Amino acid sequence: MFELLVILIPVLPLAAVLLNGLLGSRYSHDIAHRLGWGSVGLSFLCAVGIFVETLRTGVAREVVAYRWIFGGDLTVNLAFLVDPLTCIMMLVVTGVGFLIHLYSVGYMHGEEGFTRFFTYMNLFMVSMLLLVMGSNYLVLFIGWEGVGLCSYLLIGYYYDRVSAAKAATKAFVVNRIGDAGFLLAIFLIFVNFKTLDYTQVFAQASQLSTGMATAIALCLLIGAVGKSAQIPLYTWLPDAMEGPTPVSALIHAATMVTAGVYMIVRNHVLYDMAPVALTTVAWVGGLTALFAATIGLVQTDIKRVLAYSTVSQLGYMFLACGIGAYTAAIFHLMTHAFFKALLFLSAGSVIHALSGEQDIRNMGGLRSKIPWTHALFLVGTLAIAGIFPLAGFWSKDEIMAHAFTHGQYVLYAMAAIGAFLTAFYMFRLTYLTFYGRSRLDHHVAEHVHESPAVMIGPLVVLAVLSVIGGFPGVPPESGWFHHFLHPVTVAAGGGEEHGAGFGLVATLMVVATAIALLGWGLAHYLYSVRTEAADNLAARAPGAYRTLLNKYYVDELYDFLFVEPAKRLGVVWDWFDRTVIDGIVLGVGRLTQSGSAGSTWIEKHAIYGLINVVGYANHLAARSWRRLQSGKVHHYAAIIVAGLFILVHLILVWWSGSSGIGVASR
Amino acid sequence: MLEELTFGFPVLSMLLFFPLLGAIVLWLLDNDDDLIKNAALAVAGLELVLACVVLLHFVPDSAAMQFVERVAWIPPLGIGYHLGVDGISVLFVALTAFLTVLIVLYSWDTVRHQVKTYFVALLALETTIVGVFVSLDLILFFVFWELMLIPSYFLIKLWGGGAERQYAALKYVLYTLLGSVFMLVGIVLLDLNYHEWAVTNHADPPYTFDFLQLLTIPIPIDRQVLIFWLLFMGLAFKAPMFPFHTWLPDALLEGPIGMAVILAGIKLGTYGFIRFSLPLLPDASRNEGVVTVMMTLALIAILYGAIVALIQPDFRRLLAFSSISHLGFVVVGLFALNFQGLQGSLLTMINLGFSTAGLFFLAGFLYHRRQTTNLAAFGGLARKVPLLATFLLIIGLASIGLPGTNGFVGEFLILLGAFKAYWLYGTVAVTGVILGAAYFLWYYERAMFGPLAQGLSHTMADLKGRELVIAVSLSVMVFWIGLYPSPFLRIMNGSVQALVDRLDRGAQVAKIDVLLSTGRVVSGKWQVERTETRREP
Repeated sequence: MFELLVILIPVLPLAAVLLNGLLGSRYSHDIAHRLGWGSVGLSFLCAVGIFVETLRTGVAREVVAYRWIFGGDLTVNLAFLVDPLTCIMMLVVTGVGFLIHLYSVGYMHGEEGFTRFFTYMNLFMVSMLLLVMGSNYLVLFIGWEGVGLCSYLLIGYYYDRVSAAKAATKAFVVNRIGDAGFLLAIFLIFVNFKTLDYTQVFAQASQLSTGMATAIALCLLIGAVGKSAQIPLYTWLPDAMEGPTPVSALIHAATMVTAGVYMIVRNHVLYDMAPVALTTVAWVGGLTALFAATIGLVQTDIKRVLAYSTVSQLGYMFLACGIGAYTAAIFHLMTHAFFKALLFLSAGSVIHALSGEQDIRNMGGLRSKIPWTHALFLVGTLAIAGIFPLAGFWSKDEIMAHAFTHGQYVLYAMAAIGAFLTAFYMFRLTYLTFYGRSRLDHHVAEHVHESPAVMIGPLVVLAVLSVIGGFPGVPPESGWFHHFLHPVTVAAGGGEEHGAGFGLVATLMVVATAIALLGWGLAHYLYSVRTEAADNLAARAPGAYRTLLNKYYVDELYDFLFVEPAKRLGVVWDWFDRTVIDGIVLGVGRLTQSGSAGSTWIEKHAIYGLINVVGYANHLAARSWRRLQSGKVHHYAAIIVAGLFILVHLILVWWSGSSGIGVASR
Repeated sequence: MLEELTFGFPVLSMLLFFPLLGAIVLWLLDNDDDLIKNAALAVAGLELVLACVVLLHFVPDSAAMQFVERVAWIPPLGIGYHLGVDGISVLFVALTAFLTVLIVLYSWDTVRHQVKTYFVALLALETTIVGVFVSLDLILFFVFWELMLIPSYFLIKLWGGGAERQYAALKYVLYTLLGSVFMLVGIVLLDLNYHEWAVTNHADPPYTFDFLQLLTIPIPIDRQVLIFWLLFMGLAFKAPMFPFHTWLPDALLEGPIGMAVILAGIKLGTYGFIRFSLPLLPDASRNEGVVTVMMTLALIAILYGAIVALIQPDFRRLLAFSSISHLGFVVVGLFALNFQGLQGSLLTMINLGFSTAGLFFLAGFLYHRRQTTNLAAFGGLARKVPLLATFLLIIGLASIGLPGTNGFVGEFLILLGAFKAYWLYGTVAVTGVILGAAYFLWYYERAMFGPLAQGLSHTMADLKGRELVIAVSLSVMVFWIGLYPSPFLRIMNGSVQALVDRLDRGAQVAKIDVLLSTGRVVSGKWQVERTETRREP
């Protein structure tokens, strides 16, 4: 029963993919979307069952479906590992996934390719579930590239748009760079452990040298950086906003982009052995958190602001991993899934209400027109800004507190500044969208409408989760959440330390709240009280403003450094291929041709000449000669046979000289 | 490797000559196109059925040569008619039969003139290719290897679509011919070496070209290296490996799609390496110089092919360079010389028969609609021909090795094997994975996505009928091998293990066993020929 439930979790959405993919054109959209969200909902129920069972027994179990790749010393099963970490991830993926599928029914209503949308979304669920449920690196990798594919397909959903098509390709290729790193890590792991199963690898991990552990951890990090959009491979995520908004919510906020965090936590045994790699993770995370937040300050597309915010929040999770706060990383992953899905979907509700408008400069004053959406978006904003006692407060505070209590003051400072910026740009977004005077186009303004219940319903659930989602992790570092995950995240050497006293923890909480309120306050001042002040600020530092607006010109830099040179190299090598290599061939060909001409000359002058001397008719010879010349192949073959003769002769001479071909020489 | 299994009746001979027989029958038929097509399909279909019979009766996880047939042909020279398949070759036979059926289906309404001759040539070609895969006698192998050129030459020259098809056909034939001259010398040297050994040890027969018999005798390392390079010339020209590849883009671009499918999908050159070079010349294959040269050429091919493919505006030329890049992967796997590398190479050679060859079919579908495969004629096709776009994506993703498709299993094994053997080579090869995604998806983006190209406003038919059959059967294979490769892996594992053992032992120190007499043990439908061995005096 347990095995069946586990296998059903990915198989149910897979069945929906097959049905919708193969037969979807034969039946109505209603059946297609019911299959879509229904299968994910059933998966969620199965996941709840598995979760309850795991909670009861407290043991990790492995479920083998079948033997996948094998031969020699390699055996890889298609198998699933069910432990507390998997349970949390399964619940988040199927739970949030279910809500987003439900929301999509309303949001995608009337879109061309409705069935295609649900097929891709379900395929994404299958891949993501394989990713978090796999019991070895290769099953993880199927999911890993599978979610990349679905991301590609869904970013390119509106494939008529050139920008969408370009963003899709970019996302896939940049992800592939990370995947290549991941592959190297897999190879290193196999070379060292002779297996790819987590349990066996982690059991033997202590035998690794620090150098090798660092190498593996860094290669894994390349993969994680690609998938989770961290510096330097984050550039694809903002462009990925070309996809429909539910896709941004599900794939580019709540689930897929957190795969890197999951992977690092899953492999924390290896990371714990590699301090250098851990430090790298922490700094990548800290820098990304800060860097992306600064770009988020000035963006004007509602979804792009949220995208940079996602990159930044993922940075916090990496930072948490890097300082050893694995539980906190997963905790933030979970709360972020709630509030970021809420934010994206509410943003989707705004876009829906405004008939596709995404530029916040053309919004404003929407609070009264779409009150539900406003309230829900505000809850999300409060949660992400870290206002007490919403979900984001607990998880973000825990990461920052961990950094502080472990002496990582620089990282703490970066996280604190990032938190301030987060609160600022999120409230900036809220004020510009919902408050102040309306800047709507009057055509759009006439049609503003609140979203239907099928969209608002899931949002309400997500809002509730964003409010209470932090409580499983209370009190910090010893809540229910921590105890549940303890068997997975416990350090190889012993338990997690609980050093900080209550006073310090409380102080840090107060500081964190103050930082968030400060950001809110500043945003309120600039975008609600003195609305012209922000523009003045931008006008006073145009260079900085433009740099931020253009995202530090990183895309341009990468084009200049990698994309263009690769294309130019292609052109040069293509020329080389046609001119030089083929030129040599043609040269050899011409040589052979003159050779065959020579043989013809011999034929004509020597052989036929002789024949002439004997007295045969001259014109007969000439005619045969012409016939011979027309069949070029014949001559080439003649040359080749002559060459063969010489070659054999040379080799035989050499051979008999060196060892003797006959018996006699022995 | 010495164990041989024979089958109740000569199924391999049937497999070998049935298409030729079909070709002759076709030749005698009336000049009625429909009749010819149906007959050709029947022949190709029955051949596929026969191939499936062989696969079903094939004993997996075994290193034995199976379905063996052995008849003396030219005894004084030691040339025999010796057929057999093992885990290395059997899948190629089935692949050839499979692709021929699809080519017949594809050619149904794309070949319009000289229909009869076309199908006669195609079926004759099938016989020669099957011959290459089932021959266990080197001369027999060589004969089929050369005979293959005749139908190929005419197929490219007479039914090619490009203006330069004459040139392309000639170039292909000359390249192969030139390479095979060296290969023939190598084969003769193998025989001479055997002869020398036979005379010294008073063994019988005095001459042999029999692959299995040649395996039993030692070859000094310097001769092994010499023979290796001679064989290399023949195999590398055919494969083709960098820098002997320039005939391929021309032949693929100028020739008909059917021929392109054969050239790109059936990897004769690299098959020659794993069938003959590695087992016959294990010490040369492990030789540091040899490995370094092979790996270097292969890595250049991977990166060079991928980067040149990146900027190709013509889909078929892009596929030609992608094919060169993929062959680089195959060679990297071969010369990793360990289990995963060899297994991955073997599987990838089969995979390319579905992915690269499949992409050529899709290129053909595009060509059929626009009379070109150049990017300038495409753009936004996903809206016009969603099915074609979908299948192009599926098979394209298989060719760039997405997990869940066949390409991944092969590529992963190759890279793992290469990394195990030489981590640096493995790491360089991994970058090819990134470039593969780049060149394919970039082309796909420009051809299929974006706004509709100019001149495409008229309706364009989506895949249907025979085209759909081709696309679906390729996709089924893609996912079957990708998700449940077990049957395929089991077929090849026994032989791969035997090859690895042989490479580990080397020919020098191998026990010198001589096949002298054979005793037959009947077990079930199988008659097992046990080889009795005699320690040499």
